[in-house]
Amino acid sequence: MMKNRDNRLTLLLLIPVILVLIAYVLYPSLRTFFESLQKDGSITFGNYQDFFTQASKTNLEALWNSVYISLLSVLASALIGIPLAFVFNRYDFPGRSFFSTAAIMPIVLPSLVGVMAFMFLYGETGLVPNAIKDLFGLEKVPFKIGGISGILVVHAYTMYVYFYMTVSSAIHKIDPSLEEAAYNLGASKSKVFWKVTFPLLTPAIVAASLLVFMISMASFSAPFLLAGGFRVLSLQIYFSKINGDMEIAATQSVILSIVSISFLLFMRWYQNRKDYRMASKGIGAHRSEVKNPFIKWTMVMIGMVGVIILLLPHFTILLLSLVPDGTWTWQTYPTIFNFENYRLLFEDPNILKPLKNSLLLSVIATAGNLVFGVLTSYLLVKRKFVGKSLVDILVMIPWALPATVIGMNLVFAFNEPSIFTFGNILVGTFWILPLAYFIRHIPLIVRSTNAVLEQLDDSIEEASRSLGAKWFYTFRKVILPIIMPGVLSGTLLAFVESVGEFPTSVLLYTISNRPISIEIMNQLRMANMGQAAAYGMIQIVIIAVVLFISNKFFGVKAEQSLS
Amino acid sequence: MASIKLENVQKAFGNVIAVDHLDLHIKDGEFFTFLGPSGCGKTTTLRMIAGFYYPTKGLVRFGEKDMTRVPPEKRNTGMVFQNYALFPHMTVFENVAFGLKVRKIPVNEVKTRVQDVLHKVRLEKYTDRQVSQLSGGQQQRVALARALVIEPQILLLDEPLSNLDAKLRDEMRSEILRLQQEYKITTIYVTHDQAEALSMSDRIAVFNFGECHQVGTPTEIYNTPTNDFVARFIGEINLLSIKVDRADEEKVHVSLLDGSEHFVVHNHPFHIALEGKKEQLALSIRPEAIKVLDNYMKGPNIFKGTIMDVEFFGSVINLNVKINKLVLQVNLLNDHRSSNFKEGTDVYVQLPEDQIRIIPMVSGDVT
Repeated sequence: MMKNRDNRLTLLLLIPVILVLIAYVLYPSLRTFFESLQKDGSITFGNYQDFFTQASKTNLEALWNSVYISLLSVLASALIGIPLAFVFNRYDFPGRSFFSTAAIMPIVLPSLVGVMAFMFLYGETGLVPNAIKDLFGLEKVPFKIGGISGILVVHAYTMYVYFYMTVSSAIHKIDPSLEEAAYNLGASKSKVFWKVTFPLLTPAIVAASLLVFMISMASFSAPFLLAGGFRVLSLQIYFSKINGDMEIAATQSVILSIVSISFLLFMRWYQNRKDYRMASKGIGAHRSEVKNPFIKWTMVMIGMVGVIILLLPHFTILLLSLVPDGTWTWQTYPTIFNFENYRLLFEDPNILKPLKNSLLLSVIATAGNLVFGVLTSYLLVKRKFVGKSLVDILVMIPWALPATVIGMNLVFAFNEPSIFTFGNILVGTFWILPLAYFIRHIPLIVRSTNAVLEQLDDSIEEASRSLGAKWFYTFRKVILPIIMPGVLSGTLLAFVESVGEFPTSVLLYTISNRPISIEIMNQLRMANMGQAAAYGMIQIVIIAVVLFISNKFFGVKAEQSLS
Repeated sequence: MASIKLENVQKAFGNVIAVDHLDLHIKDGEFFTFLGPSGCGKTTTLRMIAGFYYPTKGLVRFGEKDMTRVPPEKRNTGMVFQNYALFPHMTVFENVAFGLKVRKIPVNEVKTRVQDVLHKVRLEKYTDRQVSQLSGGQQQRVALARALVIEPQILLLDEPLSNLDAKLRDEMRSEILRLQQEYKITTIYVTHDQAEALSMSDRIAVFNFGECHQVGTPTEIYNTPTNDFVARFIGEINLLSIKVDRADEEKVHVSLLDGSEHFVVHNHPFHIALEGKKEQLALSIRPEAIKVLDNYMKGPNIFKGTIMDVEFFGSVINLNVKINKLVLQVNLLNDHRSSNFKEGTDVYVQLPEDQIRIIPMVSGDVT
């Protein structure tokens, strides 16, 4: 109250943050809600009534399918991710660290590219089923994925990583002496597992389950390419928009959001309810070496097969990108391989355009994210003000909302002039996509910056000020340089995700600013698999390079500067 | 260099009053210590002087200048933080030079001044090290150098030694004193360690629950504590709840609350500290002031007791002596005689009249 000068500063920094959050997060969401209440020119809940009582039950079916497929995705991801986390964290065998690195490879595959790879691998004309058919001289392909099985396989492949990572870190944090204490008290191996280890892991498992559930509810790329006649809610929103049924699209958006947000709230509640933080410190990972040679080499074999399955999609994209378009038509397998697609990509300005667009859009969005994220995070972590939890909630909304909904929110908010766009219509212009990417990644950058700022002791800032430095000087010369490595690694992640972003792109792109993922979709429609795969490969390379840089340089450096 | 005046300062955080009714006058060039348990308001007071908190009420003056609302960067105080708060992304040189760069001192002068102060804290060899490569004691010296190089009016030290191990702490204690005397700078030192406070300070202010209980030199604080909190917080003490039976010009006669055990005390301000009339009183005597007699002697304040236990510390021996219902702690220097005391031995103890002090009790009952 008395620190007027500091309060003025807080207010000054807070105003732009709140304006941005209201204009681009809150207002578009409210706009969608308002739109969903419009029916035949009056305000009613009619659209909601239709949603649930409609004779064809299309919407209800889509909602049910979304929930159903999300539950199955959680189950499948858990069944892969949890045992994997155990094996890699508890046992030592040749190649373990290589396998455990390979286990997170699905994250370098942008969603659309991943789905495409799965189509070519395991679909009707897929390489794997056909290879098996030819190998064993079968009449028909032995299996194929598509519809619900396709979506499920893709989900399991991309989402088990969440289980794998959260459970791994939870296992890593378990103090080995807890289990030793249980053995010492006479418990058997299985008893120790079920009564000590597993209960300690439940918070991580529940968190991963809710996360995977939310992500598959929001999943768009997999149903988009694989669903066939199978309806899911995120896709229905897109179809409604394409058909011009805007009020229905709004209603579907609101319902999908409600499901997502209630899961988010449930997750927060659950995490606050139970606190299994370890009382002891100084935990060493203890891996038991597998001695039995038979088991050991079986594990290595399984690991190898696993790695092959994990990397097959990446490899397929690489392979396809080397197949010139028009040379693989009726043949079962491609026969001609060369760099034609890449040559075209870099020589034909028309084909290069989407790549340039993607990079430009992502750079703009990420630069905005960096400035906004650091400022917001600084306010949230280091400053006191009334209504902080409200700002916190606004920041987290884009995380809880499915990408499709964010796209629709922007459509509703900015397809007409508004004060937040200085009277311009944004939809149909270049700027709508950077804005969408920006909104999508607000939570990511704020959260990663929060993490580093929380590590930074307040006395550092005070020391600088007592040495005579004003706030802005302190911020530039002391705070920013210290937190930069951590901030940059978050920023690079946001950049990578922007480059691969599909759901909002497909709702908002224009011909002149179409990004790579849209062009992949177009090329697939024209059956130019080679060109599509070449684009995909470029995305994979960009993502891999950026992740490598952030891990090698910033990841390590960030830890050093904070120790 | 400046004197510091706190005038009727109060600091409240919401409903919690962290510091209240604080009047202090710290003289120019003085080494002044805020001593007290954690949460007593000593750090809050220091931070009001540094400018990180503004008082809810009252004034802060440096010399005659009102500094109450001046932001920290304009106070020209040098502060050493408990965790040192060194800038992790800068070298030793850059850390120390920071305050000078902010003041736009020419590069050459920055260089000489930084080198000079690093020489004084004996770190000239570490100029280009990253601070993370230094030991705790070296980091502490960098923090000191960084605070001193700006030639502050006031040096503020917030528990600077609490993160060091015992041996380094002794070393840094004399280092800080040496630097303070060399720079002749008004210094405020916050600590909860009475040994640090007694050995380093010109004067000490003892805090508890947001109030300053006593201000005085180390000997005043130790020998004539104003109440039982100060007496107990600094050194060890025997406290007995008593009532006054009668008093004349020379002597005061007191006894335990149940009327047993009579004591006689000199009637002199040195021996009697009374704040109000209604307070519960206690007789206080330091364990080392109690005499153990070989034979019975006639005189006031002599009691027969039994040794309950003996603790041997090398140079000092602690005895607990039971006198009827009372147990007194007695500290003796180790000489031939005292090392013969055994559990169960009967002894006579004397509480010399001129060593006893009657003080008011402000913090509840004694045991």
